[in-house]
Amino acid sequence: MGIILNNISKKFGDFTALDNIHLDIPEGELVALLGPSGCGKTTLLRIIAGLEQPDAGQVFLKGNEVTEQPVKNRQIGFVFQHYALFRHMTVFGNIAFGLRVKPRKQRLSEAEIKDKVHALLKLVQLDWLANRFPEQLSGGQRQRIALARALAVEPSVLLLDEPFGALDASVRKDLRLWLRHLHHELNVTSIFVTHDQEEAMEVASQIVVLNHGHIEQQGSPSDIYDHPANAFVSRFIGQTNVFDLEQTDTFWLKNSGLPTPQIGKVAHVRPHNIELAKATAGTAQAVLKDWQHLGALIRVELLNKEADDEVAIIFAEMPNEQFKALQIDKGEKVAVRIRHAHWFH
Amino acid sequence: MPGFRPAISFTLVYLALIVLIPLSALLLKTFQLSPEQFWAILTNARVIASFRVTFGSALLAAAVAGVFGFIIAWTLVRYPFPGKRLFDALIDLPFALPTAVAGIVLATIYQPSGVIGKAIMSLLGVQVAYQPLGIVFAMIFIGLPFVVRTIEPVLQEFDTAMEEAAASLGANRWQTFIKVILPNILPATLTGFALAFARGVGEYGSVIFIAGNMPYISEIVPLLIMTKLEQYDYAGATAIGLVMLVLSFILLLLINLLQGWLRRQRGQL
Repeated sequence: MGIILNNISKKFGDFTALDNIHLDIPEGELVALLGPSGCGKTTLLRIIAGLEQPDAGQVFLKGNEVTEQPVKNRQIGFVFQHYALFRHMTVFGNIAFGLRVKPRKQRLSEAEIKDKVHALLKLVQLDWLANRFPEQLSGGQRQRIALARALAVEPSVLLLDEPFGALDASVRKDLRLWLRHLHHELNVTSIFVTHDQEEAMEVASQIVVLNHGHIEQQGSPSDIYDHPANAFVSRFIGQTNVFDLEQTDTFWLKNSGLPTPQIGKVAHVRPHNIELAKATAGTAQAVLKDWQHLGALIRVELLNKEADDEVAIIFAEMPNEQFKALQIDKGEKVAVRIRHAHWFH
Repeated sequence: MPGFRPAISFTLVYLALIVLIPLSALLLKTFQLSPEQFWAILTNARVIASFRVTFGSALLAAAVAGVFGFIIAWTLVRYPFPGKRLFDALIDLPFALPTAVAGIVLATIYQPSGVIGKAIMSLLGVQVAYQPLGIVFAMIFIGLPFVVRTIEPVLQEFDTAMEEAAASLGANRWQTFIKVILPNILPATLTGFALAFARGVGEYGSVIFIAGNMPYISEIVPLLIMTKLEQYDYAGATAIGLVMLVLSFILLLLINLLQGWLRRQRGQL
């Protein structure tokens, strides 16, 4: 009984942002809404929050229909892309805001509010910033304060719009892990929007892939990576080599141990599913054009020079040691074997 | 800093020629009076009454213009409506209109037989033109554009996500306005208020046509100065002018200090 979206549609003028979305998010999950820009993911998040009204469909939070409810009654916590901290209030004032605007009967005393705000500041590890103003904070600190502010009202659902979008790469890495740990601690159903597939894979327990206002696939990160439902998902998640078997310049690939087509005529091959070997006279299919050091992995660019017209490039990845053991130099011929492929129409 | 010398030289020469030298002439002229004479001019009942009329009307008018200007700026920034551009251009008209023209027009429509004056008279039983209220109306008219034009850019820059954040935290529209929007717009509103006030205090052209200019009741300080000048009482005129200058300066300084305090409250310097 987490979040249920039923038949949600939304248009902006002639542009269809969301087309008949069904989504069921179980309680306690940490879900990524993933997709390219303009796919409708932020609109969907805003509809769940009540910041946007759908043209059709219903929103259920914890089993209650809230479609007609304004945002202030939905008991959601929303973290905005650019944080939207109240710039005229201190960090303390920002976090206390949600507690202070409650109707008098439900409102905590100032002393209780003070305790609660400090507890939240400890949770986000920024207790020493209580009297600062937002302008005096770094991006990562603002992000965590925005999160603490949203958590202050004990939301039943936590919604985050591109939570790491405006941060430096190194800060982003830290915050991703931190968010994941925080979610483990609080266990509140959370949805975050991102266009970064790596971020979605790293943080989320469930990923919903959106494209052109449709849901392409929903599943766990490994599900989506290992069993992409269609060509879009396969291409969007991780790196993929696309082989269209009807194109003549890829005929040579058929000789690379490409598993025979089951359904469809387009093969998607992950770089780590391509095996290389030093070529002997009869087995050479490709030339090593270049390689890059990605840390633990080496990425290899392969060229097929035996094709007549166009030159196809494919990417392969393998662990460092394995590449060293092969002892291939740039320009040398290699044998290629494809271990596994996904087939699409 | 490169360019400091020419920039500061220009600024000082400009300030000296346009502001300081005329003002010190004013001061010097006043010194022709003995302190007793000076005091006698200022404590004259008619002079005191005119000061009360001018500063009272200007404060009231600036306050009203502050509220109205806020609403108009809000409307212009937040809502699309047909004819918005035309409306936007109309706001600036009091800047360009010769003040005498404005005064005559205002007096004509707000006098008891005028189009609006008649309606106000019959509905509320209040006469606007040729009364102190007329002065306030004229000052609102000329002060309003200052308020609108200072608030507008600040409202445009205001991050509406802050309002959404307030709503997501459970605040209703009223709480959002009082606790989030207003504190962010208040410094600009104060600036607009100060400008409208300063303009109102110094306004002459439009006010004298609508004021009625009755001594002790609806006579403004600038008019009194003109009267003294017409009687060749130059020293008396400058004495009043000097006091008016000092009072305006003190009030504007206070408003500036208030703004500075507000800004420090929000941690901005």
